[in-house]
Amino acid sequence: MKSERAREMELHARRKQAMAVLARAPAEHVHRLWSEAGFEVEARPLRGPETGLVTLRGRMGGGGAAFNVGEATVTRASVRLESGEIGHAYALGRDAEKVHIAAIVDALWQCTERRDAVEARIVAPLAAALDEADAKHEAETAATRVDFFTMVRGED
Amino acid sequence: MYVAVKGGETAIKNAHRLLADRRRGNRSVPALGLEQIVEQLGLAVDRVMAEGSLYDRELAALAIRQARGDMIEAIFLVRAYRTTMPRFGYSRPVDTGAMLVERRVSATYKDLPGGQVLGPTFDYTHRLLDPALAGDVSVEEPALREEEKQAMPRVSSILAQEGLIEDDGTMPPGHEPGDITRTPNEHPMERDQRLQALSRGDEGFLLALAYSTQRGYARSHPFVGEIRIGEVEVELDVAELPFPVTLGRVRLTECQMVNQFKGSLKAPPQFTRGYGLVFGQSERKAMAMSLVDRALRASELGEDVVAPAQDEEFVIAHSDNVQATGFVEHLKLPHYVDFQAELDLVRRMRCEYDEREQGQDTTEESREAAE
Repeated sequence: MKSERAREMELHARRKQAMAVLARAPAEHVHRLWSEAGFEVEARPLRGPETGLVTLRGRMGGGGAAFNVGEATVTRASVRLESGEIGHAYALGRDAEKVHIAAIVDALWQCTERRDAVEARIVAPLAAALDEADAKHEAETAATRVDFFTMVRGED
Repeated sequence: MYVAVKGGETAIKNAHRLLADRRRGNRSVPALGLEQIVEQLGLAVDRVMAEGSLYDRELAALAIRQARGDMIEAIFLVRAYRTTMPRFGYSRPVDTGAMLVERRVSATYKDLPGGQVLGPTFDYTHRLLDPALAGDVSVEEPALREEEKQAMPRVSSILAQEGLIEDDGTMPPGHEPGDITRTPNEHPMERDQRLQALSRGDEGFLLALAYSTQRGYARSHPFVGEIRIGEVEVELDVAELPFPVTLGRVRLTECQMVNQFKGSLKAPPQFTRGYGLVFGQSERKAMAMSLVDRALRASELGEDVVAPAQDEEFVIAHSDNVQATGFVEHLKLPHYVDFQAELDLVRRMRCEYDEREQGQDTTEESREAAE
C-alpha cells in the first residue's frame, strides 16, 4: 500500500500535468471541448482573469547561473466552486476566456467524483491533439537531419 | 527670459490622421491581418519580441502593423506596453537541453548525439529572388521521417567530458540574478546582467560588434559549438500551488560559441565560451550575442581590453535601440530657445574674432608701411 505522502505526490503530478495541457492547448479547442463536455457548474471568480508579465529566465552556457532573458505575457485566473474546490490556471498569452475555463476545469478536476470525467472529456483529448502535433513536428524536423556518407576517392 | 510657445495642435492632429491614412495605404488593397503577419512574417515578429523584450506573437504583429513595418518603432511600442503591465514573477530557468528542437547544427562535431538537423533554414538557398512568390503559389507539405525520438544533449556537455573547455558559467552561491529592468545599470556589470542586456540588444549593433571581433578587433578564434532553435517549457513557482505551474512553451534560439584560448595569468589554455539566448528564431542575433558575450569577458579571463567589443560600458550602454533612437531622434523636436541662445553666443564670438583679425591686419599694414 502506498503511503499517504506518495499518493499526494502522485496526485500533484497528475494535476500539474492536466494544468500544463490546458495551458498549452489552443483556445478554440479548449472552448469546444468545454461546451461539448456539458458540465453543470457554478464557479465564482476569486481572482482575474488578469494579464501580467513573467520574466523568463535562462542559464548562462545553457546549464550555468540563471539570468533574465525577457518578459512574456501571462494570464491567470482562480475560481471557487459552490462545493468549495478552488481552481487555478496560468497560461502564456492574453486569452482571458480560455484561462477562466481552465481554472474551472482545474477546480472540477479536484472533485474526486468528477476527475475521471474531466480527464476523459477535456484533458485527454487536448493532450492527444498536442502530442499528435508534436509528433508531426518531430517528423518534419527529422526529415531535415543530415545523413553523412563518405565518398571513396581514387583507385584502390 | 523664457517664452512658452503653444501651437501646432491642429497640425499634429492632422499629421496623425495622415499617418493613419498612409499606414492603411490604397484602400482597394485588402488590409493586413495580424494572423498574416504572425504566420507569414514570423521572423519580423520574432525580432520585435526579442528586442521589445516581450514574448507575445500577436502583440508584436500588432506593433509591426501599427509601426508600418518600422522595426525599431514597433520594438518601442512593445517596450511601452510592457511598462503598463503588472509583474507576476520570475520563471524557473528554462532547460534548453530538453528543447523540442526544430533546428540544431554544430560546426565543431559532425557526428553528435541527435545529429545535425537543418530545420527551416535559409542556409544553402541560392539567394535568388523567386518570382513565383509574387503570387499565391501552392506550397508542398513538409517531408516526414518517422523515427525513434533521439535525445539531443547540448554540445557543451559533450565537450566538457574532456576537461578542455570551461564550464557553463557560474555566479557566487546565493547570487540573485540581476534585473536591468528594475535596477539602473552600473558598470562593471555581472555577466548575468550583461546577458540580459544583450538578449534585448539591437541585432544590427551586436552583429557589427561581433563582426569587428572576427576582423581582428579582439579576435577570439570562435567556432559554433552549437546552434539550436525550438520550444522550451516555462514553469513558474506560485504561492497557491504546491508545484511549479507550467505556463506553456516559448520558442528560443540558443548559440554556444566555443573560442580557442591560449591562456593567461588568470586561466589555463582551453576553450572558452560565449553564450547567446534570444526569443524566437533568430540565429544571427544569437550568434552575434555569443561573440559579444565572449568579448566582454576579457577582464575576467585576463585579456587586454583593446577593442570596442570588449568595452562593457560602450557596448551595453549603446546596445539598446529604444534608448538610442530616443536620444538621436529627440534632436528633431523643437530646440528653438536652445538654438537662439547658441546663435547669440556664436554671434558674439564671431564679433570678437573679426575684431581680432582686423586688429592684426592694421598692425601688418603699419609694419609694411614702415619698411
